[in-house]
Amino acid sequence: MSEYVVELKNITKRFPGVVALKNMSIGIRPGEIHGLIGENGAGKSTLIKVLTGVHSPEEGEIFVDGQKVVFKNPVQSREAGIACVYQELNIVKQLPVTDNVFMGRAIKKGFLLDYPRMHAEAEEALKTLGHPEIDVKMECGKLGVGQQQMVEIAKAVSLDAKLIIMDEPTSSLGKEEIAQLMETVRGLKAKGVAILFVSHKLEELFELCDRVTVMRDGEHIVTKDISELTEDSLITAMVGRTLDNLYPKEFGVKGDVWLEARNLNEAGVLHDVSFQAHAGQITGFAGLVGAGRTETMRAIFGADKLDSGEIYVKGEKVTIKNPKDAIKRKIAFLTEDRKGQGLVLSLDVRTNLILANMKGFSNGPFLDKARIEKSGQENVEALKIKTPSLDEVTAQLSGGNQQKVVIGKWVNIDADIFIFDEPTRGIDVGAKIEVYRVMNDMVKAGKCVIMVSSELPEILAMSDHVVVMRGGRVMANVDRDTPHFNSEDIMKAAWGGELD
Amino acid sequence: MKKNTSAKELLQKLGTLLALFILIAIFCITMPDKFPKVTNVMNILKQASINCLIASGMLCCLITAGIDLSVGSNCVLCTCTIGVLVQNFGITNPVLLAICGLAVSALAGFINGTLLTRLDLPHPFVSTMGMKNVLWGLALVITGSKSIGFTNTGVDSLMWIGGGSIGTIRDAATNKVTFPGIPVSFILVIVVFILFDIFLKKSALGRQIYCVGGNAEAARLSGIPSKNVLTFVYTLSGFMAGMAGVVSVGRLASANGNAGTTYDNDAIAACIVGGASFTGGKGTIWGTLIGAMIMAVIRNGLNLAGASNDIQYIVIGAVIILAVTIDVVRNKVEANARKMAAQ
Repeated sequence: MSEYVVELKNITKRFPGVVALKNMSIGIRPGEIHGLIGENGAGKSTLIKVLTGVHSPEEGEIFVDGQKVVFKNPVQSREAGIACVYQELNIVKQLPVTDNVFMGRAIKKGFLLDYPRMHAEAEEALKTLGHPEIDVKMECGKLGVGQQQMVEIAKAVSLDAKLIIMDEPTSSLGKEEIAQLMETVRGLKAKGVAILFVSHKLEELFELCDRVTVMRDGEHIVTKDISELTEDSLITAMVGRTLDNLYPKEFGVKGDVWLEARNLNEAGVLHDVSFQAHAGQITGFAGLVGAGRTETMRAIFGADKLDSGEIYVKGEKVTIKNPKDAIKRKIAFLTEDRKGQGLVLSLDVRTNLILANMKGFSNGPFLDKARIEKSGQENVEALKIKTPSLDEVTAQLSGGNQQKVVIGKWVNIDADIFIFDEPTRGIDVGAKIEVYRVMNDMVKAGKCVIMVSSELPEILAMSDHVVVMRGGRVMANVDRDTPHFNSEDIMKAAWGGELD
Repeated sequence: MKKNTSAKELLQKLGTLLALFILIAIFCITMPDKFPKVTNVMNILKQASINCLIASGMLCCLITAGIDLSVGSNCVLCTCTIGVLVQNFGITNPVLLAICGLAVSALAGFINGTLLTRLDLPHPFVSTMGMKNVLWGLALVITGSKSIGFTNTGVDSLMWIGGGSIGTIRDAATNKVTFPGIPVSFILVIVVFILFDIFLKKSALGRQIYCVGGNAEAARLSGIPSKNVLTFVYTLSGFMAGMAGVVSVGRLASANGNAGTTYDNDAIAACIVGGASFTGGKGTIWGTLIGAMIMAVIRNGLNLAGASNDIQYIVIGAVIILAVTIDVVRNKVEANARKMAAQ
């Protein structure tokens, strides 16, 4: 009998032009929670797809319970006892829980579906997971995201899976739901089910996992017991170099107030929001999700309507009715939702780079091809955008490079005030550092940068001044050189506490 | 990479162009004495003109992920407006008539765009379907549901646009026509399409149409006035329907409120066969030209072969489905290749 319930040995998977997995090995013990981490593009997804039978590797072997197996398709992997809960849930929201649990393998009695039995089995599976409260006859769309995920896991449980792969299972969950999920995962472990837990959040790994495997560039870097690892050693293993400085903060020269908001009000959303942002500084906006930070920025940029309030740009009172007005005032707004609001994914990099300044790149009604080409090349070079060419469709770029295209779009309007809303969300460590460097260059060039971020370490490391919001109100203003500039005090303000 | 993409584009265009050539070859082989005659070729060009003009505006709507179902009625309304001006008001100045017709159609298009963008109707399907009926009704009301003839009413110069030809050659001795000339309407189509090509590819507004079609919210937050762009697109679509209406004056020699029932579908089919997509963001004017030519060649060939209307409908329906199926399959293959490359 093998030590591992599922084992991959020396797997190599090639795609045209890329080796996605190089001689990759990983073994998962029965009843263990095994963490898998790596930067975006490290090969985690390919590894999962090899395990679930979506991809067949060119070289290497797969063992289940010590028996060599070959998966030609996902059904064979499922029959071997491997199930996967994907990041984007595979749930048909219009259908009841039972139908989702038994999707693709309904139990029949003669020609008809055996609903009583399916309901009973679905209930049983949910009970095992510690969620007997979920009504199996309820439409999945009416459940919370956490409960929907439980339905997905119930699917795996009802399959009697030996190994359940969870791909970033907590990314769309709230705090409480994460706690519940962890409870469920521990329960599964206690029943002897092995879990492969893929996550970007280091603290979750430390809380949950028994062992962790780190991947980089399709290769196995290290597998160790979690007790032998630290956050630093994990990051070092992931990025392949020591990150002396994850946040390369540099300082500009504090200038005049370039953006000032006075008593911004939007019914039910913003209440008397006032703040000042200086040139040559990064003004961080801290707060919990839903604190009104994004809403404040959208209102300033003219994306949403304000009920009342005044906005001053470089000391001059301005009326901003729509994004066009804001751009005229040299305000740039990098939205938190890059794909939905920042880019036209179906179009090439070149067009996306001039999206906010088509007029500036035109002679009369016609676009100036030569100027666009030159500026595009400059953007690619200055921002280190990794793209085969300016003709590449933006959807094909990685998240980090897409983000750089959005930054390039705003650089090209020659903005003075840059509002960055969650600029490093969903991009890997290397790209994050490059985004910070771009912000540094901006403040050193005397621009005014505003950074909304939900990551407190990022706020503390990069900001010169922090505005803390809660429930649509400004709770505190903290300068970098004051004693309150620490995570405890800022967190306290974000939760509604008073700072003296 | 650049070469690679243009090669791909060429192949994509070649796909539909190839289909057109195959169709032509089939008709040439089966009807060598009728189909491949100069007179017939010029006929096809003439027959394609109205659809080409309507399809050019439709293409812009489709690029924005919209649709304009009112173009057929709008085209007819333009012709009927001109008919009424000629018959009831005795206006014969061709420039004035054309301007009036175009203005009415552009206004109708502007209303389409305004309904969509300012009333926040959920989809242009709603506003343009509604307008389709309104405009059709208007065309019938102003003409009293009667057909108005243009022959011998003193508007020959206007009729020349839709019915005339340039470069007709006659045998000096017998006065027999040896070359029928190139239809004025098709020359108009070529000029319009060249302008569209430049507009869509090289002008800021043209690129903005693609941007709005690809991601309206990102465009708005980049300072592109999405609503104005959309309103412009529907106004343009109306204007092009009007131009088709002006061509109809000479082409059909009459204004009839009940003509044009197939125009909407023909224009949509030309765009889709030519590579545009209902999900927006893609499509080229030359693809649309090829699409419209495919439709015209099928109609003409089947007519010559003596196929009745009903058979024509069946064939055209099948061709549309086939063409889009090929497009879907090709996209899937492309997407797979990309996925492989990306991973």
